Amino acid sequence: MDFNWLTTIIFLPALGALLIAFVPRLSSRGVRWLAVVFTFIPLALSIYLFTIFDRSAGMAGVMQFEESLSWIPAINANYHLGVDGLSLPLMILMAFLGFLVVLISWKIDLRPREYFAWLLLLETSILGVFCSLDLLLFFLFWEIEVIPMYFLISIWGTGRKEYSAIKYVIYTLFGSALMLAGILSLYFTTGSLSMVEIAQGGLGMIQTAMPAAAIFFLLLVGFAVKLPVFPLHSWLPDAHTDAPTAVSVVLAGALLKMGGYGMIRVCVSIFPGVAQDYALPLIILAVISVLYGAAVTLRQTDLKRLIAYSSISHMGYVLLGIFALGQVSLTGAALQMFSHGVITGLLFAMAGLVMHNAGERDLRKLGGLARQMPIIVVVFSIAGVASLGLPTTSGFVAEFLVFVGSFTSSAVAGIQVATILGVFGIVITAGYILWMLQRVFYGEPLKKFDKVKDASILDRVYMFAFVAVIMLVGIYPAILTDVIKMGVAPVMGLLGG
Amino acid sequence: MTNFELLIPELTLLVTAVVVILLDLALKNKWVLAALSIAGIVVSAGFAISMWGGDSESIFFGMMAVDNFAIFFKLLFLVIAALVILASTDYVSKLKRFQGEYYALVLISALGMMLMAATTELISIYIALELTSISLYILVGFLKDPKSTEAALKYLLLGAVASAVLLFGMALIFGFTGQTQLGDIAAAIQSMSLSGVLSSPGLIAGMVLIIAGFGFKIAAVPFHMWVPDVYEGAPTPITAYLSVASKAAGFAIILRVFFSAFGLPEWLSLDWGMVFAILAAVGMTVGNIIALTQTNIKRMLGYSSIAQAGYLMVGLATVGFVSPVMSDSSAYAGQSGLLFFLASYTLTNLGAFTAIIAISGKVDSDLIKDYAGMGKRAPLLALALTLCLISLIGMPPAAGFMAKFYIFSGAVQHGLLWLVIVAVINSVISAYYYLRVVKVMWTGKPASETKVPSSIALRVALGLSCLGVLIMGIIPGFVMKLAEMAAKMFVS
Repeated sequence: MDFNWLTTIIFLPALGALLIAFVPRLSSRGVRWLAVVFTFIPLALSIYLFTIFDRSAGMAGVMQFEESLSWIPAINANYHLGVDGLSLPLMILMAFLGFLVVLISWKIDLRPREYFAWLLLLETSILGVFCSLDLLLFFLFWEIEVIPMYFLISIWGTGRKEYSAIKYVIYTLFGSALMLAGILSLYFTTGSLSMVEIAQGGLGMIQTAMPAAAIFFLLLVGFAVKLPVFPLHSWLPDAHTDAPTAVSVVLAGALLKMGGYGMIRVCVSIFPGVAQDYALPLIILAVISVLYGAAVTLRQTDLKRLIAYSSISHMGYVLLGIFALGQVSLTGAALQMFSHGVITGLLFAMAGLVMHNAGERDLRKLGGLARQMPIIVVVFSIAGVASLGLPTTSGFVAEFLVFVGSFTSSAVAGIQVATILGVFGIVITAGYILWMLQRVFYGEPLKKFDKVKDASILDRVYMFAFVAVIMLVGIYPAILTDVIKMGVAPVMGLLGG
Repeated sequence: MTNFELLIPELTLLVTAVVVILLDLALKNKWVLAALSIAGIVVSAGFAISMWGGDSESIFFGMMAVDNFAIFFKLLFLVIAALVILASTDYVSKLKRFQGEYYALVLISALGMMLMAATTELISIYIALELTSISLYILVGFLKDPKSTEAALKYLLLGAVASAVLLFGMALIFGFTGQTQLGDIAAAIQSMSLSGVLSSPGLIAGMVLIIAGFGFKIAAVPFHMWVPDVYEGAPTPITAYLSVASKAAGFAIILRVFFSAFGLPEWLSLDWGMVFAILAAVGMTVGNIIALTQTNIKRMLGYSSIAQAGYLMVGLATVGFVSPVMSDSSAYAGQSGLLFFLASYTLTNLGAFTAIIAISGKVDSDLIKDYAGMGKRAPLLALALTLCLISLIGMPPAAGFMAKFYIFSGAVQHGLLWLVIVAVINSVISAYYYLRVVKVMWTGKPASETKVPSSIALRVALGLSCLGVLIMGIIPGFVMKLAEMAAKMFVS
């Protein structure tokens, strides 16, 4: 495989961003079409990679489409890319959302050149995070992502956008500052920056100079801020609520997954022993995130804020699945990341559409929109029931796997209790999702919404794409789980299970 | 052994400075002076590059060394001087008199710094330092308005006190060891018994006073009081010059003195390593926290430079913590990290100040709020300033990120994880005030719709700095290699 697939996929959006920013006299129509082209090709390429990804058992744990170049010899850093069963679905997820958010942003009129340039840069950085196998490269992409997010929220956001943007930046930088200290410690104790090498070398490579648990937690905090885990979550509702719709979609859809991905790829793979030792407190945090997130969601009156809080609860399942440390639960966690990315992406897109068309986002003032928005109500409901885990949607499969996996896990005594408490979160989810749908769409039609329009043709295109993926994974989950288990297998090997 | 040919880079600069002053009398067209100065710098840099990689040589009976370490710094100072002169042309052309003297003084102070990087003997260190400082005192007061004069006076008075403290420290060291050459001092200290050193406090007191004297140069807390006022009052190109060159020279000489003279025995280097570690932690915290509330961008960058000096001192502390039995590869991690950080910081800060010169020159204000809407009025300037500020925070893809990674990785290697954690949390604090400027530029409402034009010389200077910042942020291998070579040479 001589062609540098991953480099092409990662840097095409960045190239598009440069063209958009610097080609003189580009019309705003031209900007949009450039953005479409430079996000569609990566999507097509990553789907192609998905089809030629080698799923044979012998390839489990082997990085595919690897590229490696010496980058900074002085510190032994390499430009090392590759994907396995864990990262491939997430890469496709980002490429998928990256393309759809261009369509979702079609109506942006304020400074479109800058907007699309930042949006495309954001895509490059997130794709880079999922494909990097070198810790420095990983961290570089991880940090770059903050800059486009800052601009996107603080310029194109709504409400207290500047406050939310800086809050997001400070939280993320705080997490990544500790992560940097962790990466440096890891680099010092092992002399390597290669994730694969360190994970395969195991704890044997880590000398006694520093307790492994300390490094583990330095790294974990960085990922936990991103996921987010209670009590590091408070940036999330603000950032989601005030970000423009497309950015909320990327934020909930792909950005949060960087946290979960990092936990599996770095924390659990490199420190399996420490992960087992500290699984209990992390599982407790997961359950708190699930229940607390769900409970707070119930009280929200702002449409976007409601969906934002629901993410905290759903990411709690990911944390639960990861630190249940079982084959099934890890597969479930990875699938939940993908599934939540698509479902919540659609929820935010729909919320954005309702806000845009009805001009209102306060649940107390909305109501009776089903008549004016027959298509939106159907799609919004599909996203809603997928979010609460109805069978035939991807949400069901993912959450089911997480619960089965963690219930049968032997990582921690008493995990069954935690699992049951977690399942209770589903009940609350059903409550707030159905209540939200009812308050927005049903009830007496309101006079002020008489002239409100339904989804346009363009909107229907991306709505269809979202729903198709949700249903596809829900009905035929093996399409993803076959790939994911290739990535989970080596982690299980490290855990000795 | 007076190998004059090894001093050719310095002599070239000296001749250029004299010629510039003389031509100033005859020429009406003052831009020729700037061009001539830059030509002199390029020639001098050419000579310096040709000496790179050779063996270390000692000249003037051990008073100066020509090694990779010195050449690295000489090149750094030459680059700084060239960029500062490019960024000054607009500014200077508004002066009625003394344009030639301005360029000549910049050259002479650069000459002083080049000598500082090379000296290995206490008295010549002092002389080189004074040569630099006196030129800078004049440059700070060059505008002759009340603010500039006040800044110059403050700088002169505090600088003189610092010089006196430094001299006193040197005298104590001399009295204690009977030597002025760094190598001889080291030998004298090592030949003493532990109790012999401890029974006489002269050595430790001398070291403390030397740290205080140099601490003034690098703007380390608590010797930073002069920074905000001087930065605010001085002509902006000179502020830029002070913020990078004076600091780099200070670090060069500290590194040389402490490593060569006080590097052994180990308990001694651990001692001063700890002092620098504490100064670093305090410096970055104080600098960053005070910077949070500044409304004037020059003052803000002044406090930011105090904080950056704190990050740089992490490298010094690492040098002190390196155990002498360390294997070769990590033994000079502190030095090479410090050199790389200095190179990155230099380009970044010069870039930021050049953008500020361009913007302030047209807007006629240094207040952050007057930068509102620059993203619209001068998109490229705003983009360049944004890049430089991101680099100062230490975020990719800018040089500051790699610099922090590199210098902190050395510190972690030598057991300074606590200091690294303090430092990374400090960068989070700093993000707040750097990004505030970014926010004002891109989201603020412009006071007027008129574009902000800038001259070609400024654009060249800004373009070069930003290019350097990006290159060092994305493919830093080459500069890291240079820094490593310079540090390695110095170790042996």
